[in-house]
Amino acid sequence: MSIKLENVVYTYMQGTPYERVALQNINLEIHPGEFIGIIGHTGSGKSTLIQHFNGLLKPTSGCVRIDDIDLHQNKKLAKQAKRKVGMVFQYPEHQLFEETVFADIAFGPRNLGLSEEEVDFRVRKAMQFVGLNYDTVADRSPFQLSGGQMRRIAIAGVIATEPEYLILDEPSAGLDPRGRREIFSQIKNLHAAAGNAVVLVTHNMEDVLQVATRLIVMSEGRILLDDKPETLFWNYHEQLVSVGVDVPHIISLLKKLRAAGLAVGECQLTVEAAATAICEALGGQSRAE
Amino acid sequence: MGEMIKTEQLCYEYRGPNESKVTALSNINLSIQDGEFVAIIGTNGSGKSTLAKHFNALLLPSGGNCYINGLNTRDEKYLWNIRQNVGMVFQNPDNQIVATIVEEDVAFGPENLGIAPAEIAQRVAEALNIVGMTDYRQHAPHLLSGGQKQRVAIAGALAMRSRCLVFDEPTAMLDPRGRKEVLQTVKKINEKEKITIVYITHDMEEALHADKVIVMDQGAIVLDGPPEVVFSQVSLLKSLGLDVPLAADIAQELRNRNMLIPRKIISDEELVVALCP
Ligand SMILES: Nc1ncnc2c1ncn2[C@@H]1O[C@H](COP(=O)(O)OP(=O)(O)O)[C@@H](O)[C@H]1O
Ligand SMILES: Nc1ncnc2c1ncn2[C@@H]1O[C@H](COP(=O)(O)OP(=O)(O)O)[C@@H](O)[C@H]1O
Ligand SMILES: [Mg+2]
Ligand SMILES: [Mg+2]
Repeated sequence: MSIKLENVVYTYMQGTPYERVALQNINLEIHPGEFIGIIGHTGSGKSTLIQHFNGLLKPTSGCVRIDDIDLHQNKKLAKQAKRKVGMVFQYPEHQLFEETVFADIAFGPRNLGLSEEEVDFRVRKAMQFVGLNYDTVADRSPFQLSGGQMRRIAIAGVIATEPEYLILDEPSAGLDPRGRREIFSQIKNLHAAAGNAVVLVTHNMEDVLQVATRLIVMSEGRILLDDKPETLFWNYHEQLVSVGVDVPHIISLLKKLRAAGLAVGECQLTVEAAATAICEALGGQSRAE
Repeated sequence: MGEMIKTEQLCYEYRGPNESKVTALSNINLSIQDGEFVAIIGTNGSGKSTLAKHFNALLLPSGGNCYINGLNTRDEKYLWNIRQNVGMVFQNPDNQIVATIVEEDVAFGPENLGIAPAEIAQRVAEALNIVGMTDYRQHAPHLLSGGQKQRVAIAGALAMRSRCLVFDEPTAMLDPRGRKEVLQTVKKINEKEKITIVYITHDMEEALHADKVIVMDQGAIVLDGPPEVVFSQVSLLKSLGLDVPLAADIAQELRNRNMLIPRKIISDEELVVALCP
């Protein structure tokens, strides 16, 4: 069970003067239960990469398999395999199109051929999951709602299909801190409860630290690094900065303390763990008066 | 120094369906000096955008008053003066572009004012230079990065000779590089051109650069002061659903563990000095 990319190359507008190699020889496997963050500067190939996970883009060369089914061989098998992947695009609120919130969220499950009863059940569950009130919101037009609410509707629509692999392209862009925290704790809960794989493309390092157990760093269409977030940030800080990736503020701050002579140990990148490491480095007493 | 913006008991109600009303602002009293850089923070729905729209008379108060450079926004004869004086930059750069070439986009405002072509050309060149976009003057705006588009929008306001710029979450849709570009440009026009800045953001590290931070919650101002005073209220800000700067957060956590840490730590540098004297 996995999404597996082998030697994937992708070139936009091949054979034209605008030809652009966006992915170069990608090898990657994603297993159920993983929570993967994908980071990299704008244009590094993140969105191109994830659009291979459900066959939206066909590799120029190389192959993509979901649970051993090659997505570009047998059409019928591939169609079923693709249904295991749910994709929330960048600015998904631009893709809402139905007249009511209910119809928009129901679109995916209906497409799976589920009974109306099951569709209704799934819509309720998905709305509850993203914190939308069924009774007050389901019959409204999605376009009368706030940006944050529209984002939730788009996410609910994908969640309602209960994908084994949930892929999200910058789901928190443009949300306020509370909205961001809410959406992430929901995704975290879903992951814990359903044990599905989650792949999260984000610029927000705080999001990554909160949820990801594996981090893939893209640069110029290649996978530059692939490791545990803590390991990456403690050991490859300078390299990450040099390829234009924002490193978590907390690691920069802890390294500034080290540079100033305070021997903080390699800790987890949370405020609590940092405070503990600072206390230990100070020998338990404050030097501040 | 004069007063650029002043509100007195400013209230605003949106009209909902069937005569219902949504109170978006209640009794806002604030004063922003000429040349000041003021950040406004608050959760979604707290009234930030509604307030910002009063600063160039896009909205008029339902109660109380709003003065720009001493002119009451209710007085129609000042409308154009106010609109010219206060420029707006919004979250989505794509919605602000009106022309197909950067230069023309920047020239759009002054052209509408009926300014002579030679003067316009000079203003456009100057404005593009200030935001560091001179090399892109002949480019198509829609092909620029998000940060560059926002800088073009800023140039447009500069070409209007606006003395105050109101930014409504200008970096929310940008990547980290774009965010830095925009913030640096904003700081530059504040410091060098002495332009008054009102800057709405969810990014507390951006708000640290302001002279003054205003915190809004449910249509009211809950805190108004210099960043070191506002951001040392860690538990209050968190209870409002807001982030705090990391250094303030860690300092508070260390205090919770009975360490003696000075109150007003909000930046990395201050924390480093406190811990490694
Ligand atoms: N539809 C497209 N046509 C041509 N080039 C594209 C297209 N989409 C993306 N690219 C190019 O491919 C590269 C990777 O883009 P993308 O995958 O969107 O990166 P990211 O998501 O990391 O910002 C960039 O150089 C980008 O300009
Ligand atoms: N056009 C509108 N019609 C009705 N209510 C509105 C409208 N715009 C905003 N509101 C309401 O006014 C309040 C303040 O909104 P807003 O100023 O947009 O807040 P913020 O910018 O802090 O997110 C919210 O309760 C919002 O739902
Ligand atoms: Mg992308
Ligand atoms: Mg707003």
